[in-house]
Amino acid sequence: MFGIFDDPNALWVLTGTTLLGVSAGLLGCFAFLRRRSLLGDAIAHAALPGICVAFLITQTRSLGPLLVGALIAGLIGAFVIQVIIKRTKLKEDAALGIVLSVFFAFGIVLLTIIQHSGAGNQSGLDKYLFGQAASLIGSDVRLMAICAALVCVLALLFFKEFKLLCFDSGFAAGIGFRPGLLDGILMTLIVLAVVVGMQAMGVILMSAMLIIPAASARFWTERLGTMIVLAAIFGALSGAGGTFLSTLAFRMPTGPLIVVTSSVFFTVSLLAAPRKGLIAKGYHLIATRGRVQRENVLRSLYEELEETGPGTRTVTIASVAGRRGMNESNLRSTLERLLREGLVIREPDGFRLTEAGLEAAHGVVRNHRLWEMFLMYEGQLGADHVDRDADTIEHFLPRETVGELERFLEIHGLEPRLLPNVHAVDGIDKAEGGTA
Amino acid sequence: MSDSMIIILTGAFVAGSCALLGSFLVLRKLSMLGDAISHAVLPGIVIAFLVTSSRNSLPMFVGAALVGVLTAFLVQFLSHRGVQGDAAIGVTFTTLFAIGVILVSHYGSAVDLDLECVLYGEIAYAPFDVIFIGDQSIGARALWVNGGLFLLNLAFIFVFYKQLKLSAFDPELAAAVGIPVTAFHYMLMGLVSVTTVGSFESVGAILVVAMIIVPAATAYLLSENLARMIGLAVLLGAISSVLGYEIASHLDCSIAGAMASVAGLLFSLALLFSPRQGIVAKAMSRRGLRRQVAEEDVLLWAARQRELISAEGFTMHELRDTHPDEIDRLARALSRLIHRGLLAADRDGFELTTSGREEGVELLRRHRLYESFLGDKLGYDTDHLHDPADRVEHYISPDDTTEIERVTEYPDRDPQGKPIPPSQKEKEKEKEREKESS
Repeated sequence: MFGIFDDPNALWVLTGTTLLGVSAGLLGCFAFLRRRSLLGDAIAHAALPGICVAFLITQTRSLGPLLVGALIAGLIGAFVIQVIIKRTKLKEDAALGIVLSVFFAFGIVLLTIIQHSGAGNQSGLDKYLFGQAASLIGSDVRLMAICAALVCVLALLFFKEFKLLCFDSGFAAGIGFRPGLLDGILMTLIVLAVVVGMQAMGVILMSAMLIIPAASARFWTERLGTMIVLAAIFGALSGAGGTFLSTLAFRMPTGPLIVVTSSVFFTVSLLAAPRKGLIAKGYHLIATRGRVQRENVLRSLYEELEETGPGTRTVTIASVAGRRGMNESNLRSTLERLLREGLVIREPDGFRLTEAGLEAAHGVVRNHRLWEMFLMYEGQLGADHVDRDADTIEHFLPRETVGELERFLEIHGLEPRLLPNVHAVDGIDKAEGGTA
Repeated sequence: MSDSMIIILTGAFVAGSCALLGSFLVLRKLSMLGDAISHAVLPGIVIAFLVTSSRNSLPMFVGAALVGVLTAFLVQFLSHRGVQGDAAIGVTFTTLFAIGVILVSHYGSAVDLDLECVLYGEIAYAPFDVIFIGDQSIGARALWVNGGLFLLNLAFIFVFYKQLKLSAFDPELAAAVGIPVTAFHYMLMGLVSVTTVGSFESVGAILVVAMIIVPAATAYLLSENLARMIGLAVLLGAISSVLGYEIASHLDCSIAGAMASVAGLLFSLALLFSPRQGIVAKAMSRRGLRRQVAEEDVLLWAARQRELISAEGFTMHELRDTHPDEIDRLARALSRLIHRGLLAADRDGFELTTSGREEGVELLRRHRLYESFLGDKLGYDTDHLHDPADRVEHYISPDDTTEIERVTEYPDRDPQGKPIPPSQKEKEKEKEREKESS
C-alpha cells in the first residue's frame, strides 16, 4: 500500500502536488478575501494561448519556456479584465467570463493548428488542458518547487501589505501604499501559482486549488494568519491525499482526485467548523429555541397563577397553550423537560409549579419585565448599549439602574408578587440570585 | 443542405440560444454562474449515460438540467451559509467537474464518451450524425437539437419577457409585484444547462460559455435597450458563427474555437469603438473637451488683451510670456482657431476676426458675471475670484449665464471694477434704439 514511497517517480509527483497545494492554498486566501476567487479560473484558461505561442516560437516542450508564455498570457488576461471592469459598465463577472472563454477559445484554435501541423502529437500540449500529474518528472518538479517556494516567500514577505489591501484598500492608499501596485504583485503571484500548477492539474481544476482550501480555512478562523496556515495545510493534504488515492485506484486521474479530496475537506469544514459550521449553528439554534420555549412556558404558568390568584397552583395545558399560541407538542415536550428538572408536578387536571419551579418562574418573569421596563425607559436611563439577548439583567446593567427599573415595575404595578413560601413576600432581593 | 451550411447553421443556433439566455445572465451579473453550470453538467451527462447506456438525448437533457439546477442551488445554499458568492461558485463547479472527469475516465471507454470532444466539441462532425425517420434521413441531429433548443429559449423569453426584464433590473420590485423571482432564476439556470448539453456534443463547452457571455456583453456595450440588446446579441452570435467557420476552414483549426475567437474579436471592437461606451469614443470626447477649453482660453485672453492695452493683435511672444507653462496647449489651439475662422494670422502675429472677437467678448462676459456671482452672492474675497471663474467659465451654458445675470441683478462691472460687456442681444437692441432716435 505504501509502495508509493519506493517509487522515486511517484515520490516526485507527490512532492510536486503537495507543494502546489501549499502555494495555491496560501495565495488563495488573499484571492478569496479580495473576492477574486474566480480570477484563478480565468487566468488558468487565459494562459493556454501563451503556452501555444511559446511552443510555436521555441518548438520545444520543456517546461520553462512554456511557463513563461503562460505567465505572459495570464498577465495579459488579468490586465484585460481590469480594463473591462474600469472602462465599461460591464461588471467583474462578465469581464472574467469574456477573458476566460475568448482566450481559451483562441488557445484551442492555436492548439488545433499545432496539432494539425503534425507537431502536436509530440508536443503533448494537450495535457495542459486536463493535467497529467503522473507524467511529472524530476526536473519539472524541481522547477515547480522553486516557483512554489518563491510564491510562498513573496506572499509572506508582503503579508502585511496584502492584509491591508484585502481588508481596507482605501486605508492602504491613505497611508501611502499603492493599492494598484500591490494588486498587481498579488495578481502576478496568483498567475505564477496557477501557471505552475497547470501541468499537473489542468486548466480547469487548477482554479479549484486556489479556491477550495481558502474557502475551507475561512470556516475555522477569523484571523488571516491562521487562515493562511490552515489553507496551506488543507492544500498540502489535498495534494498529497489525491495523489496517494490515484496510486491506489488505477485509471483514476490525479487532478480530479486532488480536487475531490479538497472538497471533502471543504464539506467537513462546512459541517463541523466550531462556530460557522452547520452543525454548530444548528446546535446553537436548537439550544436557543429550547431555552426560549422553557422560559416561555415558565412565564405562562406564572402569569396564569398571577391572574387566578395564589390559592390555585394547578394550570391546565389548554390555558397555557392559549396564552402564547404555542404548538401543543412543543408545549408538552417542554413540560416534560420541566418535569424532569423538578420544576413542575403532574396533576390530574394539569400541571403545578413546585417551590423550585415557582422560584425559577419568578426569576424569569422578573427578568423579562425588567427588560421591558428597560426598553420603555431606555432613553431616560441613558444606557444605549446592552446585549438584549442577555440572560439575567443584573449581568448587564449596573445595580443602581436595576433598582430604578424595579421602581418603574412598581409604578406600573407589574412586579411579580407570587413568591415561593420559603421567601418573604417582600423579598424581591432574595430572588435575585434565582436563575433565569 | 451542404455540410458547411449545416455547421454554420448549427453554430448560429447555439450562438442564438446562448445569446438569448446570456443577455439576462450578463444583466444580472451571473455570467460566471453560466460558466459554472456549463462545466458542472458533465457528471449529469455521464450519469445519464451510465444509467440509460445510450446516446439518446432525452435522458441526457434531464440529467444535465437536474445537475445544472443543482449547481445553481448549491451556489445559493453556500452563499446563504456564509461562503461569499464567487467562492461558492468556484467550489461548486470545480468539484462537480472533477467528479465528472473521474467518471469519464473511469467509465469513459464503456460509454463511448470522449472528454475532449465534450469540452472542445467537434462541430465538424455535425453533418455526419443524421436522424432517420424510418429509412428516410431528415437531416443532421445537431441541427435539429440546437434548432429546437433555440426555439424553446426564444419561446421562453418571448412569453416571460416582462417578468424576466423586471427580475433582471429590479428583483425587489419584481418580487413585490408578485413575480416568482426564484422560480424564474432556476428556470433560467435549467435552460442554460439544457442548452449547454444540446451543444456539448457538437460544439463543446467553451463555445457555449463564450457564446453565453461574449455576444451579450458586446451587445450590452452597444445598446441601452433590452429588446435591442437581445436582438443584437443573437445577430452577433450568428455573425461569429459564419465568420468563425470561414476562418477555421482557411486555417484548418477548431471551428468552435474560431467562432468563439471571432466573438471575442467583435467584443474588442465594441470595447474600443462603441459609439457611446467605447474607450475611443470616451477618449475622443475628453480630447474634444480639452481642445475646446484651450481654444476658449486663447479667445478669452486675446479679448482681455484687446481691452486692457487696446492691442489689435498679439504675437506668439506675448502668448508665451503670459502662459509659459501652457504654451504647447495654447499654440495648438491657435491653428484650430484659424481653421475655424475665429483668428487671422499675418506676418506680425495674430488678430481676432469679427466673429472671434464676438466669441471672446462673450467669454469675457461669462467670466466676469461668474466672478460677480462669486463675489456678490457667495461673498468670496476679490482676490480669490479669478481662478475658480477660470475653471468654471468653460462649462457655463448660455441659459446659465442669463440666470447668473438675473441673480446678480445685471451688474455693469465685476467686483474688481472691470466692465462686464453687454450680451449680443443687448447690443443689437441698443443699435436699434440708436437708429430709432436718429
